[in-house]
Amino acid sequence: MAEEMKAKLKNYKTAPFDSRFPNQNQTRNCWQNYLDFHRCEKALSAKGDDVSVCQWYRRVYKSLCPISWVTDWDEQWADGTFPGRSELAAPPSPASSVLLPRW
Amino acid sequence: MAAPAQLGLQNAASPIMEELIAFHDHALMIIFLISSLVLYIISLMLTTKLTHTSTMNAQEIEMIWTILPAMILIMIALPSLRILYMTDEFNKPYLTLKAIGHQWYWSYEYSDYEDLAFDSYIMPTYFLEPGEFRLLEVDNRTTLPMEADIRVLISSQDVLHSWAVPSLGVKTDAIPGRLNQAMVASMRPGLYYGQCSEICGSNHSFMPIVLEFIYFQDFEVWASYLYIV
Repeated sequence: MAEEMKAKLKNYKTAPFDSRFPNQNQTRNCWQNYLDFHRCEKALSAKGDDVSVCQWYRRVYKSLCPISWVTDWDEQWADGTFPGRSELAAPPSPASSVLLPRW
Repeated sequence: MAAPAQLGLQNAASPIMEELIAFHDHALMIIFLISSLVLYIISLMLTTKLTHTSTMNAQEIEMIWTILPAMILIMIALPSLRILYMTDEFNKPYLTLKAIGHQWYWSYEYSDYEDLAFDSYIMPTYFLEPGEFRLLEVDNRTTLPMEADIRVLISSQDVLHSWAVPSLGVKTDAIPGRLNQAMVASMRPGLYYGQCSEICGSNHSFMPIVLEFIYFQDFEVWASYLYIV
């Protein structure tokens, strides 16, 4: 799995189509990948696994999210005030809350 | 860009815009035909000495002027819906560009590999070279590869703006806190101009957009220079 991920990362061009977000509003796509990156790092480092597979989410959110959003969220993450903390604690659910960032 | 006193749409640089122009011509032709017919009938009505005071029913003409408009409306609706769905098609993008609106300039980010970002301010009239276009030129043009599907994510840092490039058939609102996706593709190299299309303050008319489409190989060279800068 890690080898497939490395190959995917090597051939990365840009964030691919995500069928969970098929419409014009891609805000949630950016937000979800940012959360998934941190969730992946948290889960894998807790198990002691290789964290580099989480780089996929990082590439995707870097492609999609404006740099200023990422900078703000990284600062909040470092301060421990990141608003998505509660979503990170719970397992991912398709009917997750509609709370959007920055609103 | 538009020529002086231009009335019609700008020349298409993308297949979607070609379809939009074709649909526009189709709908406009129908409108002209109907309007001419109605004007002609009005002129006939106003210039006749004949009178008819005993109309009781007119079954045949009622049928005609109900069925015929219904058919005309269907002939307009079908191409319209086809284009609507075509503009929403999502092809595999080669590149993602982020266009962020500010008061009163656009900033562009290319983050697929490194974080390449720059601001794009209007070129003040005083600094224009001969041959450049007033209120349309910018200091840093947005360079993109031609013949590639490009995903543009549009947002704003402060108030509402709108990112519009008429030659490519794109006009998408820039809303703070929201990422709106548009697909852009040019069939040929060239410069395509647009202007902010949502009132955003005193310099709303002075934050243009210039897309410079170039060959693939040249694009890669340009991107590497941007990184060094």
